[in-house]
Amino acid sequence: MDVPETVVLEQEQEEEALISGSEAIAVACKLADVDVITAYPIRPYDTVMQYVAKLVANGELDCEYIVAESEHSQFEIVKHAAAVGARVFCGSSGVGWMYAFEALTVTPALRLPVVAMVGNRALDDPGAFGVEHNDALAVRDLGWMLVWVDTAQEALDTALIAWRVAEDRRVFLPCAIGCDGAFLTHSQSLVRIPPKSKVQKFLPRYDRGDLLLHPDNPITIAPQVNEDWLMEIRKQTDEAMRRAKGVIEEAYRDFENTFGRVYGNPFFEEYQTEDAEVVLVGMGTLSMPVKVAVRQMRQKGKKVGFVRIRWFRPMATQELQACLSRFKAVGVIDRDFSLGSPYMSGVLANDIRSVLYSASARPAVVGFICGLGGREVTVPDVRQMVEILEKAASGEPVEPTYWIGLRE
Amino acid sequence: MERSYAVEIVYRGIFQKNLAKNIARGIVLAARREGKVGIAFGRYGDSPERNGIPAKQFAIVAPNEEILQESMAQYEPKEVDVTIVLDDTLCKGVESWAWYGLQPINKLLKPGGTLIVTSLLEPDELIKFIHRKPYEYNLAIVKGAASFSGLWVYKDDHTDVRVLGAVARVAPEMVSLGSIQQMILREWKNELKATSAEKSYSRITMRKVLPHEGNPEEPYSFVLPRWYEMREGIAIPAIPVGGKYNEEGGFAATPNPYFKKFSTRTMRPVVDFDKCVKCTLCWLQCPDTCYNVTPDGYYDVNLDTCCGCGVCEAVCPVDGCITMIHETNFTDHKSQWKMWKQDKQAYAKWVDELRRSRPPRSHGFQYRGQYEKELASIAEER
Repeated sequence: MDVPETVVLEQEQEEEALISGSEAIAVACKLADVDVITAYPIRPYDTVMQYVAKLVANGELDCEYIVAESEHSQFEIVKHAAAVGARVFCGSSGVGWMYAFEALTVTPALRLPVVAMVGNRALDDPGAFGVEHNDALAVRDLGWMLVWVDTAQEALDTALIAWRVAEDRRVFLPCAIGCDGAFLTHSQSLVRIPPKSKVQKFLPRYDRGDLLLHPDNPITIAPQVNEDWLMEIRKQTDEAMRRAKGVIEEAYRDFENTFGRVYGNPFFEEYQTEDAEVVLVGMGTLSMPVKVAVRQMRQKGKKVGFVRIRWFRPMATQELQACLSRFKAVGVIDRDFSLGSPYMSGVLANDIRSVLYSASARPAVVGFICGLGGREVTVPDVRQMVEILEKAASGEPVEPTYWIGLRE
Repeated sequence: MERSYAVEIVYRGIFQKNLAKNIARGIVLAARREGKVGIAFGRYGDSPERNGIPAKQFAIVAPNEEILQESMAQYEPKEVDVTIVLDDTLCKGVESWAWYGLQPINKLLKPGGTLIVTSLLEPDELIKFIHRKPYEYNLAIVKGAASFSGLWVYKDDHTDVRVLGAVARVAPEMVSLGSIQQMILREWKNELKATSAEKSYSRITMRKVLPHEGNPEEPYSFVLPRWYEMREGIAIPAIPVGGKYNEEGGFAATPNPYFKKFSTRTMRPVVDFDKCVKCTLCWLQCPDTCYNVTPDGYYDVNLDTCCGCGVCEAVCPVDGCITMIHETNFTDHKSQWKMWKQDKQAYAKWVDELRRSRPPRSHGFQYRGQYEKELASIAEER
């Protein structure tokens, strides 16, 4: 076979291709002309490295493609490459991401714009390939920007946005793109691939300025510090995360102007919420069964809607509060768990409770733990959740947290 | 006792870590015999696991829990009643690794407080190293060389209890000699040690230090930057590349302007340039790039950066060319090569005198059995 399977050409026009979410990320690497990519196989992320390898082998992508000996080295290499001014890409899944944890923790304070794809996967044990969000969520407090995508198209677009935001001098923070294992990484769908000329217009060169590690700019990074210094360094990282929100908004506006694809509110997508009384909130690919169930229930006259969160970090606190405080009850679907946390809920549910606490009108919040380990979130599951929400909305007592789709 | 008392113990990392800890514990345990309460702790920001690096222990004693808590609300004391110095070379000042520059040894000492130093020097000789204070304080000397007592390979030379005896003498309100001796018998079950404490109590040399006395140098001062004034990405300027030694040539490395390292030093290399064969080994082997190349091909040590490790002396192939000399023999960091160039005869005389000065070494021995001999002389002194 001498015909490359990856249908990306140096085209001048936007083209349509049937590609998976992983392939879409690989295509984004090509379009963004990434300089250094590191890889270490773990499912489902490994599909990205396979596509990248193919692009490199076909001469379509000119980059340093380094297959490291572990995830830890994988993330250390891109961290250092970002310090010397290279645009980088990296990724992992599940326990692979956890094995890189030390490298992940040191990246934000050094203000290195590493862009990573996390092919969300359950954390072993037991060994399992299916999606859970606990892997990516583990870095939620550390200064990593975290965004979840729903479709292959959104994966491609969001990767381009991720480099643009991460490499902005006002931000300089790493960004991980959460892609649900199997549902997104392994399903091929129709994706519009923009021409490289437009991407170049959208994505300026990565300029590290006076922080560039180079013999012409002699600096030392990451010296040992004590209690007289660290708090100020943490505050700097905090400020970068605060600034990231505005930079994300800017990037989405520019994205729409450049490519013509409209995402609206960058931080979360609202689906049939205008007159809704109860809504479900979730992240990633569970949006498809939820949207189908919402449509079916709307036909039966139920006032139900859906809010899909894209950017988990930084979280759009004010906008989310303004949105969610309009409803009578909010059900948060967590494809993760946070054992022993308040109300024994998931990570997202407790963040949403916190978002709503200062609202003048506080809806009831119910946590739903669902779809763990790659189990499907089904339409009947969603109906069950909405029934519980309706009870909560009418003031009937409900539990703070339910496990949905569990054999009981 | 109505108020809390704070004692700091300044010591050298590794070598005196256990010694300093034993003294801090001893103060609190002895005060406990009098019904007082206290706490002993090491300065967490120090790095006492590194050879010779200046580090601190603290002991706080209070009449009751509430007063102790009031004192401990400020975890690390900003002022102390007693500063104990376990190596007299530390009197020149201490530099923590965290960019504070050289700070006076008596920085935390209150007006009227006491600096206790273990030393073989007379008070007047010591005072010239110690930075001036704007107020009066006391200097007490416990006669003895810098001790390694407590480091497990060294035998017990009673420095711990001798210092504790001195503490009872200078701060009797905090802890009495009787309590120190009770504590010693309880903790160490050693009557000889209790006697040592008593002898030290009566034998220490005390002297008032007046505001005009001491090293007149202004201590390094700094203002910590605000968070938005700091460069982002934890980036600091690198040390620039070196250049010529002087206008005639040679090569000098640029020293780190933030951290000099010399307060780790207890001995310094003295180079006898008349003997040097320019073999390059000192320059090559120095782990801190302290040796600069002079225009005439000699190697001149930068005494701001030298930590006194002695590697140069060990690798030098010429007998008596590089000799490590105890730091109390020096008050400045003058270039030895420049001194030699200026007056070779005077320099040779200076080197010769230094070699014969006491004590020859701050640590390590020149012959087998030297330690036993030193112990015997200490016993004789008692």
